[in-house]
Amino acid sequence: MKWPQILSPGTIAVTLALGTLWAGVCAMQWVSPVFLPSPGATWNALLAGIAKGELAQLTAGTVERMVYGWALASLAGIALGALIGTSAALRAWLAPTFELMRPLPASAIVPVAITFVGLSPAMVLIVITFGAVWPVLLATVHGFASIEPRLHEVGRVLRLSRAAFIFKIGLPNALPDALAGMRLSLTIALILAIVGEMLASQQGLGTSILQAARSFRAADLFAGVALLGLIGLVSNALLSMAEHRVLRWKQPR
Amino acid sequence: MSTAAHRRFDLRGLVLPLVLLALAEAAMRISHTESDTLARPSDVARALWEALRDGTVLVASAQTLGAALGGLALGGGLGLLAGLWFGLSTRAERWSLLSVELLRPVPSVALIPIAMLVYGFGFRMEIAVVAFTCFWPMMLLTQAALRQVEPRLFEVARVLGLGITERVSKIVLPAAAPRVFVAFRLGVGIALVVAVTVEIAANPQGLGFGLMSAQQNLRPDLMFALLLWVGALGWALSAGLLLIERHLFRHTRAQGGNP
Repeated sequence: MKWPQILSPGTIAVTLALGTLWAGVCAMQWVSPVFLPSPGATWNALLAGIAKGELAQLTAGTVERMVYGWALASLAGIALGALIGTSAALRAWLAPTFELMRPLPASAIVPVAITFVGLSPAMVLIVITFGAVWPVLLATVHGFASIEPRLHEVGRVLRLSRAAFIFKIGLPNALPDALAGMRLSLTIALILAIVGEMLASQQGLGTSILQAARSFRAADLFAGVALLGLIGLVSNALLSMAEHRVLRWKQPR
Repeated sequence: MSTAAHRRFDLRGLVLPLVLLALAEAAMRISHTESDTLARPSDVARALWEALRDGTVLVASAQTLGAALGGLALGGGLGLLAGLWFGLSTRAERWSLLSVELLRPVPSVALIPIAMLVYGFGFRMEIAVVAFTCFWPMMLLTQAALRQVEPRLFEVARVLGLGITERVSKIVLPAAAPRVFVAFRLGVGIALVVAVTVEIAANPQGLGFGLMSAQQNLRPDLMFALLLWVGALGWALSAGLLLIERHLFRHTRAQGGNP
């Protein structure tokens, strides 16, 4: 839908110009190659890493971590959101506690998680889930709050149980909001996967770029950062495609 | 949840946190836990009080806030300029689309190693990462704010024959100011989170580093105290900015302009 706009001669020209600027800065040695590798060197490092199979493995590690944490956060967020969204009492009991916890930087949970489960994959997963759950939770609660009041009446007339109301009326209504929240969560999940890896030395791109920086391998570092950008780009695009498909029934005919 | 916040304060919400705290306190007193991972809520309160009194928390807060606000000023300022440019020139907006879409998904924390390589540890490295992160939301929200400016105002500017600087300072910025302030308020929150994250992941200064070293020194009381402090700081900043926003732009709100 947006592709013709994004890939027009003008946009490609600007991107190529920026790339040329990068290459030019490197060729003129305005910035030391220790800090800024040329585009060619970065590309070669990327190809070499892929050829050795090493980068694919690291990418898989990071993506796996991100997806697991994100899936857990989405499930927990939608389940909790549905419960809170259908019960005013639960909202009154729980909402302030959540309001207190939500603004905490998710990474600030890292030390707490380390004291409880140590420097393990589980720690990374806990941190990702904690950080990524909020957008989904809030969006789902909002989705339930904006259900057409008459649908509540319909549910009462049909004597739907709470579970039936959630699955037949509530969730389909909250789906667009929940999906938007899940998109935001995915970005957070990627960031926290990288932070978690860096701290717990789990095998993945986050650890590998940190090591590359420490041993002054700038080309490998930039290649890793580019791959992380690609993960963000592709996962976001996939999710937005899925969103488009799932919500086809909502689009104006 | 936001609907709950607008309603009158409901005491039921306080029950859960207080009961949990009391349970933790009682359980640890009864079982005489001397743990390296848990701390009694009363010990946490004492640790916070002591850290406040000897000034360590205040110094760390100043470091974190300094880096966060410095990064926001740099990245947010550049983002504001870029947003103004793209918002005023359709061609610039269209042509930059691919480059923006390629650069924006780079996760902020992936820049920590690059910043470390270039600047080593310290303020400059933290500011660089915060600036990169704050640039994007500021740019996009400014762009969106300009798109909402009443088109007739641009016609007025043309009729008056205003130059570009006058057009921006007299017409565009005042009209877009409420939305730009919202972007700034969100930016402050993002900057604080990123600054703490950079300190936890790498940079040995500020509140994030304090949290990590409290954990490594087996001081769970201090760790939970700092966690509380970070949360309170973020909450106070956002509440304060919200108050300022309501005060500054109460006229636009009163006229029914939705913020």
